[in-house]
Amino acid sequence: MTKTLEEINEKIRRGKVVVVTAEEMVEVVREQGAAKAAQRVDVVTTGTFGAMCSSGVMMNLGHSRPRIKLGGGRVTLNGVPAYAGLAAADIYLGATAIPDEDPRNAVYPGEFRYGGGHVIEDLVAGRQVLLEAATYGTDCYPRRQLATWITLEELNEVYLFNPRNGYQNYNIAVNRSDRTIYTYMGTLQANLGSANYCSAGQLSPLFNDPFYRATGIGTRIFLGGGIGYVAWQGTQHSPGAKRTDKGLPMGGAGTLAVIGDLKQMSVRHLRGASLRGYGTSLMVGLGIPIPVLDEEVAAQTGVSDAEILAPIVDYSEAYPSREPEVMGHVSYAQLKSGSIEVEGKTVPTTPLSSYPRAREIAELVKEWIGSGTLELTAPVAPIPGADSGVAVRPMPDHPPSGTAAE
Amino acid sequence: MQVTHRVVLHFPPAVSGKPIVYHLVRDYNLIFNILKASIGLEDQGLMVMELSGEEADYRKATDFLAKRGVRLQPLYQDIRKDDESCVDCGACVGVCPSEALKFERPEMKVVLDPDSCVACAECVTACPVRAMKLTF
Repeated sequence: MTKTLEEINEKIRRGKVVVVTAEEMVEVVREQGAAKAAQRVDVVTTGTFGAMCSSGVMMNLGHSRPRIKLGGGRVTLNGVPAYAGLAAADIYLGATAIPDEDPRNAVYPGEFRYGGGHVIEDLVAGRQVLLEAATYGTDCYPRRQLATWITLEELNEVYLFNPRNGYQNYNIAVNRSDRTIYTYMGTLQANLGSANYCSAGQLSPLFNDPFYRATGIGTRIFLGGGIGYVAWQGTQHSPGAKRTDKGLPMGGAGTLAVIGDLKQMSVRHLRGASLRGYGTSLMVGLGIPIPVLDEEVAAQTGVSDAEILAPIVDYSEAYPSREPEVMGHVSYAQLKSGSIEVEGKTVPTTPLSSYPRAREIAELVKEWIGSGTLELTAPVAPIPGADSGVAVRPMPDHPPSGTAAE
Repeated sequence: MQVTHRVVLHFPPAVSGKPIVYHLVRDYNLIFNILKASIGLEDQGLMVMELSGEEADYRKATDFLAKRGVRLQPLYQDIRKDDESCVDCGACVGVCPSEALKFERPEMKVVLDPDSCVACAECVTACPVRAMKLTF
């Protein structure tokens, strides 16, 4: 039994569509089998919510009178520096940007109380944000300095453009050393005292679309509480990662670059984050609807936590020194039970990405589709697949002569 | 002058096996009352105690603790979780030494059990969205 996307969209328009979340689909496929599930279910919705550092906002601030050329100048929002290497009124604010005067890790572990992610949250919340700029004057852009309060609704285009979100699987971080360490995977207790993971597992978008059939350039998605689109494969997209028999990557693999109108978004699904000892970030809610076109899609979206494996990585040694060592794999079912075995020790686990929020997003997307607010799209072009040969590469290491490595 | 302080002692793993409290009594004449303790030989330890003694002795004792790598923190009254702000990520659960912060399974919602909380405030700085608040 196969369906076309157009048939599914027609059902959405007529209010006849059958939508379940990826979590519910596990049960449907277990009870009825993939063939029957493919007949019954039209769309499976996914969701994830967690800190995604490669996130930021492209914004056009409008032109001041007299005009000022922000491009090539220096711009801050609430003291947080934004990138101003574009045209006169365009800037990009990244989630990890922090004020110059932030002490960082000088007082270790640093608190990183306010950064780009928080400015984005403030904008979404409708709060005033202080824009300050200093630049050089030109004949057409004479003004050199500027300070003004701005709010999101007063600006022109403001869109979230995240170069890397929705990682298809990720590491489980542990700490083999004898001191607490502070990482982007949270605080890790010494001597294998904690294991932190961050994927939503069976609810996570790309575990339900392991070979990117539904998810490609142009796919319409849920982003930060509004409607967004997949813009490109994400940075570090590495679809060729080792996979299980069912095609599920056993470590970080596919990623997505996503885009969406910030003015549609909400602080419920977009939050600034302070990661102690590491920096600031942005918690992003992401959800992708997957059309159940055939039995294969039904089987894939029926994947459960017990079938998905993640690699255990030591963040005190292997990760910082970029050693490939993996200390073993465990399933998301084990991770969600509250503890795993690592090198003979029982280690408590912590998720870091919010499973309740992931579920909420999948439910919300289900509602949107059920009510006809969201129709599905086929990718305009695919992102590189498992057989593409595309793989993440390390940084080139060709220091200029006369410089020594640190 | 006699003083009494309620404090949280954080022991790094290397110190957890050493008789620190013995020194507080013998070398600094402090009277101690342990309110809560969680110490393993390989893990970081945590002890909540009331310390009483001469102010000068108490000050010397805190210097001694600092030299041994034991972090000393005043015991706060109360930790509150702002449920509106909390996103249930669990960063606090991973650092909570008294298991006062836990996941309610299978919903995976973070819950705070005030009776188990020792108010060490580890969760306050660990929370990425600042949903944990200290009240005095």
